[in-house]
Amino acid sequence: MNVIEVSELTKKFGSFTAVDHISFDVKEGEIFGFLGANGAGKTTAIQMLCGISNPTSGKGTVAGYDIFKENEQIKHNIGYMSQKFSLYEDLKVWENIRLFAGIYGMNDKEIKENTRRLLKQLDFESERDTMVASLPLGWKQKLAFSIAIFHTPKIVFLDEPTGGVDPAARRQFWEMILDAAYKGITVFVTTHYMDEAEYCDRVSIMVDGRIDALDTPHNLKQQSQAQNMDEVFRKLARKAKRIN
Amino acid sequence: MKTLKFLIEKEFKQILRSKMVMGLILLFPVMTMWIFPWAIDYEVKDIRVNVVDQSQGTYSQRLIQKIDASKYFRINATLPDYTTAYRGIETADCDIILQIPPAFDRDLIKTRSSSVMLSANAVDGTRGMLANNYLMQVVNDFSSELRAGQVAALALFPQASLPVIHIQSRYKFNERLEYKYYMIPAFMVILLTLICGILPAINIVGEKEQGTIQQINVTPVQKFSFILAKLIPYWIIGIIVETIAIICTWSIYGMVPQGNILLVYLVSFVYIVSISGLGIVVSNYSETTQQASFLIMFFILIIYLLSGMFTPVSSMPYWAQIIAYCNPLTYFVQVLRLLYLNGSRFADIAQSTGIILIFGIILNLWAVISYKKRT
Repeated sequence: MNVIEVSELTKKFGSFTAVDHISFDVKEGEIFGFLGANGAGKTTAIQMLCGISNPTSGKGTVAGYDIFKENEQIKHNIGYMSQKFSLYEDLKVWENIRLFAGIYGMNDKEIKENTRRLLKQLDFESERDTMVASLPLGWKQKLAFSIAIFHTPKIVFLDEPTGGVDPAARRQFWEMILDAAYKGITVFVTTHYMDEAEYCDRVSIMVDGRIDALDTPHNLKQQSQAQNMDEVFRKLARKAKRIN
Repeated sequence: MKTLKFLIEKEFKQILRSKMVMGLILLFPVMTMWIFPWAIDYEVKDIRVNVVDQSQGTYSQRLIQKIDASKYFRINATLPDYTTAYRGIETADCDIILQIPPAFDRDLIKTRSSSVMLSANAVDGTRGMLANNYLMQVVNDFSSELRAGQVAALALFPQASLPVIHIQSRYKFNERLEYKYYMIPAFMVILLTLICGILPAINIVGEKEQGTIQQINVTPVQKFSFILAKLIPYWIIGIIVETIAIICTWSIYGMVPQGNILLVYLVSFVYIVSISGLGIVVSNYSETTQQASFLIMFFILIIYLLSGMFTPVSSMPYWAQIIAYCNPLTYFVQVLRLLYLNGSRFADIAQSTGIILIFGIILNLWAVISYKKRT
């Protein structure tokens, strides 16, 4: 079953076409890698799927809801974590959890229990009362991801979640992603790190607002006779004309 | 609406943690009410008078002494002719010239009326005008004293007629003509506008810059709840600030509202709701704090200057009056002055308060409509 279905989705800013007639499906429970160079249109595409950016044309559903008309229903079923770190720096760890849990409709008792469980799971109990601003970046990202899936959404959108994080923390972060996928949450993730693409079930590569390739990492490597995803990516990205 | 609780909780935590905002909320009202009324004071004191006494008689001497005795005037010099006295105006050493003609004493005795000439330096128009008015009052006062003396004499000599006419002005509600009293309600307006209009705007634009607003926009939170949660803390802060201002005014100037204090709170609350709506509107049209600051500066100048706060609306040109009547501040300044100085009752302020309320409804509707969860 497909949780995301998109066809000919387009977004124009004036005469500039950021996303150019893209079509793809994402299956329930899979980890879908959304790759592309800077400025290829990944973030714009994600924002349209999350209902915070109006598509110019095309069709699409997310979790069964129309991305044009039912964008507020979509928001009940998704989690989102952006490249720009977006928890409240001037709130404590538990306060950030409480805020977003409350927004998704949990009551005080549920929030309390789930917060305790989450902090234990993350081995974060000692940081419960720490101001988020003073956490190291890797920890912040982990916390942001945990909060994005705290309400167990159907799909979680991750926009360059590991940007600027050290390799060890990245590895831990991907363990969390794999764990979420194992629990049945569909993961839609953009990244710049080609080694991370290997973790994905399927990968699409965006060049100049269009999707130039979409397959499993294994098939992509075979098709372009490449050793690894890095090579696949460079072969495709070489065609890019956009200057960013 | 269930989410409202969590959002308000978050806003309060953030506000209470922000040293800048807390400092502003607590210190700003004290500073404004304590310092500014002394600095912005149009009251004219220590007016320097050059006297040209060509009469050199008893009456003219009495008049000069009377002027010198007034706390507003200081006899700068007594000079033989107008030309010399005028040099004082040219060198800005004197504010006003009092010229007493040679026939002053004689005319007063013979015809029971006489005249003096006042020439004020009107480079600073307000000071010149006030100096002229004050000195006229002293001269009028002098003539009514003469008249009183004559009334006593009249009993003895019934055939004698009374000398000179006199004008008596009495200033109601602010008898001592203290400019401070007139300006204090206006400073309250300035205060509430800055705190309740600008802070919510800066707050929301700050979230845009931080990127946290995007995190909120991908959640199912309703924009109405989000905006309400932003506003409610500033409504409460506005009432606290107003209370601090009222206490300051009472403790520093001994000034209390002549009308019902609950009416002061009622109209202040209606105003706070309106102006904070304007703050949200501004934030909806700005992406960065810098943009918001420019928009705010532009609006603040217009709404302050065209509100009758410093100059009466009725003396503005017609086009400026139209703007003033489309400005919620105009009505709030007017109502606060009525409540503080005139002791007006609800019926007197109901219409203006209603107008502020209509502004509030329009601005807040605009705020909710122009807030876009989707771009």
